[in-house]
Amino acid sequence: MTSKPRLMQGNEACVEGAIAAGMRFYAGYPITPSTEIAEIAAERLPKVGGKFIQMEDEIASMGAVIGASLAGLKAMTATSGPGFSLKQENLGFACLTEVPCVVVDVQRGGPSTGQPTMPAQGDVMQARWGTHGDHPIITLSPSYVREVFDMTIRAFNLSEKYRVPCILLMDEVVGHLRERVELPDPASIKVINRKRPDFSKIEQYNPYQDYDGDGVPPMVNFGEGVPYHVTGLIHDITGFPSTSPAVTEYLISRLMRKINDNLDDIIDYEKLYTEDAETVVVSFGSTARSAIRAAKILRKEGEKVGVLRLKTIWPFPHKAIQELAPTTKNIIVAEMNYGQLIEVVEASAKGRFNVIGLNKFNGELISPDEVIAKVREVNKNA
Amino acid sequence: MRKNLEKYFRIDKLPHIWCPGCGHGIITGAVVRAIDNLKLDKDKICIVSGIGCSSRAPGYLNFNTLHTTHGRALAFATGLKLANPDLKVIVLTGDGDCTAIGGNHFIHACRRNIDITTVVFNNSIYGMTSGQYSPMTPAGAYATTAPYGNIDRNFDLCKLAQASGATYVARGTVYHVPQLIKIIEKALQHKGFSVVETVSICPTYFGRKNKMGSPVKMMEMLRDNSVTVKAAEKMSREELANKIVIGEFYEENAPEYTEEYKKIIQKAQGEE
Ligand SMILES: Cc1ncc(C[n+]2csc(CCOP(=O)(O)OP(=O)(O)O)c2C)c(N)n1
Ligand code: SF4
Repeated sequence: MTSKPRLMQGNEACVEGAIAAGMRFYAGYPITPSTEIAEIAAERLPKVGGKFIQMEDEIASMGAVIGASLAGLKAMTATSGPGFSLKQENLGFACLTEVPCVVVDVQRGGPSTGQPTMPAQGDVMQARWGTHGDHPIITLSPSYVREVFDMTIRAFNLSEKYRVPCILLMDEVVGHLRERVELPDPASIKVINRKRPDFSKIEQYNPYQDYDGDGVPPMVNFGEGVPYHVTGLIHDITGFPSTSPAVTEYLISRLMRKINDNLDDIIDYEKLYTEDAETVVVSFGSTARSAIRAAKILRKEGEKVGVLRLKTIWPFPHKAIQELAPTTKNIIVAEMNYGQLIEVVEASAKGRFNVIGLNKFNGELISPDEVIAKVREVNKNA
Repeated sequence: MRKNLEKYFRIDKLPHIWCPGCGHGIITGAVVRAIDNLKLDKDKICIVSGIGCSSRAPGYLNFNTLHTTHGRALAFATGLKLANPDLKVIVLTGDGDCTAIGGNHFIHACRRNIDITTVVFNNSIYGMTSGQYSPMTPAGAYATTAPYGNIDRNFDLCKLAQASGATYVARGTVYHVPQLIKIIEKALQHKGFSVVETVSICPTYFGRKNKMGSPVKMMEMLRDNSVTVKAAEKMSREELANKIVIGEFYEENAPEYTEEYKKIIQKAQGEE
C-alpha cells in the first residue's frame, strides 16, 4: 500500500527517506540550497524520538554526526559546496574509523561561495577526493523526487552495511523541484543496520578485526559495555595507533577492498535505448532527465541514441561504460560543470569510444534541446 | 600505580609517550582519581580528545575513548552526549586544541550548557608540533614561532568559559593535585557544561624556550605563583600580574541541553 500522492520537494523527500531508513540524529548548519533539509529535520525528528541540533558550523556538524553514530544512532548532515569543503577533514575521519553516516550535498555553483541559488554539478570530484589520503567512499545521485526518497534510504543502508560514509550528491534542481510523489508502504521498506559482533563466537572484541572475511568489522556502540578506542590515526585491529608499514598497508587495503569487492551490490544505473545506440549520453542528477527527454525525441526521428543514467557515481561504474553495445561509437558526457566526470569516463573508455563533453557552468541547467543539438552535431561529424 | 586504579588504565599501552617531567600525566591521573572517588559507571564513560600531546591521554584510559581531529573534540562529544544522554562524556583537550582551532566549538559548547566536562591541559604552548605559541602563551613569552617574544595577548580561559555560558568553571595546576582532583570531581558531578583549566608544564618546549629550568623548577614556579580565588579578591591588579588564580570561579544551575531537548521531543510528540 502506497501513501496518498502528494506534492513533495526533493529536499523534503530526503528527510522522509532518511527517517524511513532509521535516521534519528541530524546535525547541520544552514546553507542554500540544502537548508530545507535542516528545517524539515528539525520539525520531523523529535516527532519520532530523534534529535536535531544546529551546530556552529559544518565542521562541528560533521563531528557531531560521527559522535552520534558512535553512540548508536543513524546520523545525517546536509550541506552545499562551501559547507561540504568544511566537512572534509571529519569526513576522512569517518572513512578511516568506519563510522556509518550520510552526508547530503545539494550542489550549487562554485568555486567558493559561487552561485548559491543556481544549479551545478561541480562537486563530483570533491565527493570522491575532497578529503586527504586514500579512502573508500560511496556517492549516490538521484534524478527524481521519488528517487531522492529511495536513494536516501539506500544511502543509509549502504553506509551501515559497509561502515562507510555515504554521500547523497544532489543538485539544486532535484533538491528544490516539487513533484507528485507516492511514498511506499513503510512495511515494504528494507532497512539495513550495522553488523554486530556475535559474542558467542568472539572471545575478545577487536573493533577493527575482519572477523567474517568480508572486510567489514562488526560494530559495538559506545556505552554498550564493551569499551574500545577510536582514533583517526592509522590503527591496528585493536583500534590503537600503529606506525608499522604492514599494519598501514593492511588497513588501507581492507578499507578499499570492502567497497571494491562489492561493486555489483553498490553500483546502480539506468540504461535507456542503449542496446543498439551509436551515441550514448552519460549523465546523472537533473541533467540525466534532459538527456532522457532528448533521447526520446531523437529516437522518434530515428537517431540511434541511448542514455546511461548513473545512480551510483562513486565507486564509478566502469563496467557499465565498458559493456556498452558494440554499436556504440560516441559517448557524450553531459554535466553541469567544466568537465569532471568526463575524465573518469575517458579512463573507462580506454580509447574504444569517442568521448565528448557537454558542459555548462553558467548556473543554468542543461536543457533537452541542448542535448539534442549536441547529439546531432556528434552524429554529423561521426 | 595504585592497584585500585589499574582497572582504569590500558596497562599494555604504557609507558606513555609524554616526556619526562611533562605535566600531562598528572592531569590524567587526577581525572582517573576523580572518576574513582565518585564511583562512576565505567561503561558509560566516554573520553573524547582532539589532537596534541594532551589529547593522547584517552588512549591510555580504559573507557570508551575517542581521539578525534584537531580542535573538534567538543563537536564529536556533543553528538555523543545528545545521541545518548546516559553517557558520561569527558573531553580532554590541549590549550591550542581548545582555544585556537577549537575556540568556536568551545564557546558554543559553553553556551549550550550541554552536560560535558572539559579538562583543558594548559601548558601554554603547542607541545606536539614542538613549541609554537598558542592562544594561551603569555604575551612576552618565547616560542619557536615567536623567536622575538610573543605579541599575541592570551585568553583568560576561565573568564572566556564563564562569559560564554559554562555553568561550572574552575582552575587548578599540576602542582596542587589534591585540589585539582576535588575540582574535577565537582565538575563531573555538575549538571551542565563544566570547564576545568589545568595549568600544566611542558619542560621540553615552553620550559626550555623560556629558560625556566628543570621540571622541578617549573613546578616550584606553579607553587610560588599561584594564589587562591579568595586571596586574589584582596589583591590589586598589579599584585595579580603573572599570578595564577586557582580554585572555583563560577557555579550555576541552568537548564541543561539534553534535558531541554527531551522536552522538545515531548512537545513535538504531544502535538501529533
Ligand atoms: C587541522 C590540523 N592542523 C594542525 C595540526 C597539527 N597539530 C597537531 S597537535 C597541534 C598542537 C597541539 O597543541 P595543544 O593543543 O596545546 O596540545 P599539547 O600538544 O601542547 O598538549 C597541532 C597544531 C593538526 N593535527 N591538524
Ligand atoms: S612536548 Fe611538552 S607537552 Fe608534549 S609530552 Fe613533551 S613535555 Fe609534554
